[in-house]
Amino acid sequence: MLKIVELNSVTKSYHTPLGETKAIDNLTLSINKGEFISIIGPSGCGKSTILSLIAGLIKPSSGEILVFGEKVKGTSQRIGYMLQKDHLFEWRTILRNVYLGLEIQNKLTNENKSYAKHLLDTYGLGEFKNHFPSELSGGMRQRAALIRTLAVKPDILLLDEPFSALDYQTRLSVSDEIGSIIKKENKTAILVSHDIAEAISMADRVVVLTQRPAKIKSIHPINLSIENRTPLKSREAPEFREYFNTIWKELKANE
Amino acid sequence: MNNNNISKEHLEYLNKMKITKTYVKITQIAILIGIILLWEIGARFRWIDPFIFSQPTKILKTAWEMILDGSLFIHTGITLGETVIGFLVSTILGTAIAVLLWWNNFILKVIDPYLVIINSLPKTALAPILIVWMGNNIKSILFTAILMAIVVTTLTVLNGFLEVDKDKIKLIKTFGGNKKDILKKVILPANVPTIINALKVNVGLSLVGVIVGEFLVAQAGLGYLIVYGSQIFKLDWVMLSIVILGILSAILYKGVVILKERFLKWRE
Repeated sequence: MLKIVELNSVTKSYHTPLGETKAIDNLTLSINKGEFISIIGPSGCGKSTILSLIAGLIKPSSGEILVFGEKVKGTSQRIGYMLQKDHLFEWRTILRNVYLGLEIQNKLTNENKSYAKHLLDTYGLGEFKNHFPSELSGGMRQRAALIRTLAVKPDILLLDEPFSALDYQTRLSVSDEIGSIIKKENKTAILVSHDIAEAISMADRVVVLTQRPAKIKSIHPINLSIENRTPLKSREAPEFREYFNTIWKELKANE
Repeated sequence: MNNNNISKEHLEYLNKMKITKTYVKITQIAILIGIILLWEIGARFRWIDPFIFSQPTKILKTAWEMILDGSLFIHTGITLGETVIGFLVSTILGTAIAVLLWWNNFILKVIDPYLVIINSLPKTALAPILIVWMGNNIKSILFTAILMAIVVTTLTVLNGFLEVDKDKIKLIKTFGGNKKDILKKVILPANVPTIINALKVNVGLSLVGVIVGEFLVAQAGLGYLIVYGSQIFKLDWVMLSIVILGILSAILYKGVVILKERFLKWRE
């Protein structure tokens, strides 16, 4: 299989006047094309740092990161990033929010505009194009945020706890929707989460990290005996509980 | 909300609200009329000396005379013009300086203590110096007005810039945006309310600057009328000028509020 993202012995330290904190220690991981990876670990262990490194927002202290076989030197238009909150700009309509990435990348062509509108239509936000974010529910807003990311046609999606700001009900249905959208659009995705069930339900592989500085503790390929797997259906699979318990114990052993 | 189906209780509630509102309005107007009447009667019966306190009918008479010879419009127009220039320039320039400081962290760190000191300094104390430097003319008035508002504008707007959610900036970066994109797409639009609020405050500050400037140098304007009128004991001029100033500041303030509502349609 084609390795799309590779981290080779990556270490990252943060510097403050009070001292140095090692966030990631000698981490090696590769992600295949079309794969959905969940990274899970205790809070504050440096999960988000991994995404920022892959996105090229920060540089590793040592080691190298390859995306499509090329060393990451800065941000890439092939990578889409989804943050914890939707961060829709309240002064822009939904449509203009979705155009944001296209504007920044100077790709606001008619073709890309109609692709963005098509995405909004497909995923049930067509009639809210000209509404302001304050008029949408939390779940709809997060969907709009995903479409904003998809509009620039990235090959890889980085999801930084994108559901954590939602209430539990919404969270279940939005993760189901967004998981299905990502599958349908055939993207490679890396999800960072501290919710074990969410991580398992969406992923092909779950990577468990240790306490800070983060190292890989274990990797679990998720094989569920259900057809037409979606994040919600995954939760009903008989193997789900086993994975949950194993990973939960591993995380607990961290404490 | 279903408008076709208002319950009796809700109707009573709405009525009560309306009645309270009317009473408040009536009382407000009654107070104003009461003060004017008391002033007039007091002056007529010599409870107060109309020579130094003036009186409403005399103020009206003076206003009418000054309308007829056109001088009222000249004085008001000059003060209004100076004030508008003052608050527009101080808001725009203050915002521009805030952008510069946001852009360059080094300059920001260097200049920060100076800004704090200049901000707490009473700017009117500088007016006499400005007159010495710039001469006995309108330039000194405008500079006083701008000086009044520009520092506090810079500080308020800069504060707004620095308070923008870091993740919103990160979002722009994830799309490959540079500092200019961050400024144009997030920092400035997110702070339109801050800038308009600064404008609102600057209306008042700039008016103070203009009046102080006119006290010191002017040959025309409401500030000039107040000082000159008090020197030659034409208290009708002084009182009239103060009344007009009150109306002027209310109109300017309302204007900015309307502007704000126009700009912030999404803030519902």
